[in-house]
Amino acid sequence: MLKFFFKRLLHGIPVLFVVSTITFLIMRVVPGGPFDQEKKLPPEILANIQAKYHLDEPVTTQYLFYLKQLMHGDMGPSYKYIGRDVADIIFDTLPVSITLGVLAMFVVVGVGVPMGIWSAYRQDSIIDRACMFYATLGISVPSFILGTVLVWLISHKLQWLPPALWEGPRYMILPAIALGAPFSGYIARLTRSAALEVLASDYIRTARAKGLTETVVLLKHTLKNSIFPIISVLGPLTAGLVTGSFVIEFIFSIPGMGSFFITAVTNRDYPLIMGVTLVYAVLIVFANILVDIIYMWLDPRVRV
Amino acid sequence: MNFFSKLSFGFLGVIFFAAVFAPWITPHSYETQDTLNTLATPSFSHLMGTDRLGRDLFSRLIYGARVSLFIGVFTTLLALVIGTIYGSISGFVGGRMDGFMMRIVDVIFALPDMLMIILITVTMGRGILGMFIALTLVSWVTVARLVRGEVLRIKEKTYVEAARALGASSTKILTKEILPNILGLMVVTMTFRVPAAILAESTLSFIGLGIAPPFSSWGTMANEGWKSIKFHPHLILFPSLAIFLTILSFNFLGDRFRDYLDPRNKARFN
Repeated sequence: MLKFFFKRLLHGIPVLFVVSTITFLIMRVVPGGPFDQEKKLPPEILANIQAKYHLDEPVTTQYLFYLKQLMHGDMGPSYKYIGRDVADIIFDTLPVSITLGVLAMFVVVGVGVPMGIWSAYRQDSIIDRACMFYATLGISVPSFILGTVLVWLISHKLQWLPPALWEGPRYMILPAIALGAPFSGYIARLTRSAALEVLASDYIRTARAKGLTETVVLLKHTLKNSIFPIISVLGPLTAGLVTGSFVIEFIFSIPGMGSFFITAVTNRDYPLIMGVTLVYAVLIVFANILVDIIYMWLDPRVRV
Repeated sequence: MNFFSKLSFGFLGVIFFAAVFAPWITPHSYETQDTLNTLATPSFSHLMGTDRLGRDLFSRLIYGARVSLFIGVFTTLLALVIGTIYGSISGFVGGRMDGFMMRIVDVIFALPDMLMIILITVTMGRGILGMFIALTLVSWVTVARLVRGEVLRIKEKTYVEAARALGASSTKILTKEILPNILGLMVVTMTFRVPAAILAESTLSFIGLGIAPPFSSWGTMANEGWKSIKFHPHLILFPSLAIFLTILSFNFLGDRFRDYLDPRNKARFN
């Protein structure tokens, strides 16, 4: 198990290297930089600033310098938030984004899985139709549209929940729904088709013949055996939630990493862009490893 | 075809028609400002109302369709072409070459795609071209993987073996025997990739990192509407509805195509 874990971890390193290299190159190939403002800085001052941040050196030197810094756990200073380190900003904003992501994951699994199981159990009934209609709708509604509709309806019209900011549990409900609900439709579909296959299998018939109640059959036998396809998509799903969180943080003015990434890109705050991109990449790599481990833990057949 | 598929097909037809013939069917120019009628609610002269500058929303929506659909359809087509060529070569040649080519795909696949799209689009000046390149660069790998898998499966079939026994060249086997058999897969892939591209474009434009003025897509319109959602919700309603219905229609048709091409479902359609 441990060996497998480290092997996967090693596979993640080239990915992170490529992410950092590509990001670095994309940022530097185009003319213009973080200190080109509407009002031109005097050339001497500009030269000083550039020297301070090593921007006057060749790109390769800059990149090697950055990597060396990174090895020491230093992500450099932010260009726009003067006096703040990138690591500092990430330390402040990452917990917010992760909270949002985890809550959304609860929505995805908490809504999607029961819905899928239920509609498979009552195949072709009105409940099944309704669930699958929800699923198709979920796949087609972008989370930014769901988010804006929720803000307009729940916050502005009904005034039940706050429309923005991040100051307590009440503030987390709408963002988590807006981020998670679209994906829950996809999970519902996946669960349904897996559960349909399981329900048609012999061991379910045996379980029923033994006289087990339908609840036990559904929760113990069906759910347990139809969970695998869901676990295998949890990796891409995490990536989806991570990238989806930009939009949600934008809509609800949540001070998470996504919001900072958006402003960093517009400001061309190079170190901040790099830092956030790398953290996102690490999150995705780790999520994939975690999923593989859960998979192995649950299904003895894939254990190596 | 069932009712919903027909409806989806019809809706997409109307949208495509409107996008292509935009200058002839829009009641107003997309940039003329009716300064006496700013932020008007829907009426006969302005079917969907006007925006902050008094521009006709209906006309802007139709012009926005041009941008959104252009990006959706053409990035998908290009990604399909690149992915098919790459994936079929990789799968057909096999061996070391295949391993090497797939390693590249794996790495690109592992990149956080939305981040890459944002970076490329913004550095290229937030134009249609930048968005086009960014979306193509991240989406061709999905196609390449799918195609490679199919090619690997098909090249073991007896009819390919027969063609080889008859002395057909590799190129001929690939183009005459294998590729025609993955056409179905490509159609299905296309109907799912187009809405995904439209979604990505509109999402980025919505957060203000996508298409920049003078061009406007549905996403940029939604972004403008978002600023005044509290008092003028119609500004965001119509572009959002357009995005939603277009994606929904594509997904419906995609499902339908997939069911239709799935051999297990043959009986249902006969």
